[in-house]
Formats: sequence, structure tokens, C-alpha cells
Amino acid sequence: MGDRADPAANPAFDPVRLAHLLSGLGHNRLLGLTYVAHGAEGFDLRLPYADALVGDPETGILASGPIVALMDMASSMAIWTRYGDFTPLATLDLRVDYLRPARAGCDVIGRAICYRLTRRIAFVRGQAHDGDPDDPVAHIAGTFMFTDAA
Amino acid sequence: MTALPPYARTLGILLADQADPTASPLLQMPPADPLFGRPGFIHGGALSGLLELAGIAAARHAFGTDPVTFKPIGMTVDFLRGATPTDTFARGRIVRNGARIAALEIHAWQEDEARPVAGARMNLSLRRGG
Repeated sequence: MGDRADPAANPAFDPVRLAHLLSGLGHNRLLGLTYVAHGAEGFDLRLPYADALVGDPETGILASGPIVALMDMASSMAIWTRYGDFTPLATLDLRVDYLRPARAGCDVIGRAICYRLTRRIAFVRGQAHDGDPDDPVAHIAGTFMFTDAA
Repeated sequence: MTALPPYARTLGILLADQADPTASPLLQMPPADPLFGRPGFIHGGALSGLLELAGIAAARHAFGTDPVTFKPIGMTVDFLRGATPTDTFARGRIVRNGARIAALEIHAWQEDEARPVAGARMNLSLRRGG
């Protein structure tokens, strides 16, 4: 299986514009995911703290599901950015290690990096933090499938 | 009785009736626009949330009246089929109810329980004795 195309598949592709567009749709919109930054270090998105996303009412700690959704979207953005174009993707598997609870009231920043692309599969890893990137709340590893590949 | 947290209400998740009241809780997530990801499919994050909540409900069910507090250590989700805009169900099963760790398996399905749309394994760190 060969690597997916490099150089960029589409010179007009703008990952920031795509991130803004996708943030306004469906589940991303419900969670309020927003673009933060992207570069060689990965693709960063923000999950704003919201009472509606609390998993433990006694502590105000966010449920893990929104953090999975954040990292899924950050991973997809990292893949499209590395590929250099939008192309249909489906998540195959995602492993999340919860290193510590996110602090109540704090936004969570998710950073994902695509470290390998093949013709059919993209491999990602990432971390989520609530203010200090050196003290992450979660670590993830996942694989995604290009649904248009033969 | 299993109480679901605010996040479950945000996803529109309900406790479904089931024939065997002693079984692990059965969770139901009706389709809604805020759950969608790629066009025509439920977002993997919403499915992961449903699986997580079903896993925690299964753990609470297994602990019964024992005084146990717990924290999730990690979860691995396999997305097996695209989940279409219809009701999604999930139920967890406790595989190991240990002194310090509980391991759970969770499945989510739509029309047919034998054709899961996603599955997960989850580990919880336990503190027994309240």
C-alpha cells in the first residue's frame, strides 16, 4: 500500500476554513468546538466548558464523551491537513487514556497529529489538556479509513 | 435506579425498558441533528458517549448497593458500521469485577443487536468501601 499523495492534493485547500465550516455542523456545533491553531506540531481545537457536558454532577467534571468527540474532530482535521485536501473519512478505532479529570470550569484543548498516511488508512495520536500542554488530561491513538479508497 | 448525568440528557439518551429487569441497563439514543457527524451518520463522539454511559451504568448495576467510587482509566472504541439516523441502543457487561479494577465490554447497535455499529472496552479504577 502506497502513501497518500504528497505534495498537496489541492493547492486551494484551506484547513482553517474547513475547520470553521465543520464547527458549525451537527455534533461539533452542539459541543461548540472551535479552531485554535495548526502547524507541524498538530491541529488544535477547543472544547468550551459547558454544564450540559458534565458527566459527574457532584464534581462538575466533564464526561469523557465530549473529549473523545473533540479528539476525533482534531484527528480528522490533522489528517486532511496532512493529506492536503478534504476527503471522506470514517473512524475505525480510537483509544483514549484518561490521565486525570479535566478541571471543572476549564476549556479543553485537543491536539492531534497524523503521523502516517497510507492509501486506505491514516494513523493519529494526540493529547488533550485544560491549560497546560505539559499536564495533559488525556492521550489518544486512533486509525481512520479513507472511505473512497478501493 | 440508574441516574444519568447532564451529558446524557444533552445527547438525548434514555433508559429503555427491557424484558429482564435484572440485566445491565439498556440505553437508547434517538437520532437528532446535534448527534450527526459526516452527512447521514451519527458522530463517533456521540456513539462513544453512549458507550461510555452504558459502561458506567453496567458498572453501577454490578456494584449494586456496595459502596464503590470509580474513575475511568481508559476506553478503546471500535467503529464497526456507519450508524444511520435511527435509534441506537447500548448495553455494557462487566467482564471482571475486581478489588481495584473493573473491566467492561460495551456494544451499540441499531435494528439488530447481532449487527453492532460500535463496541468498546473500558477499564475503571475502583475504590471500595465508600
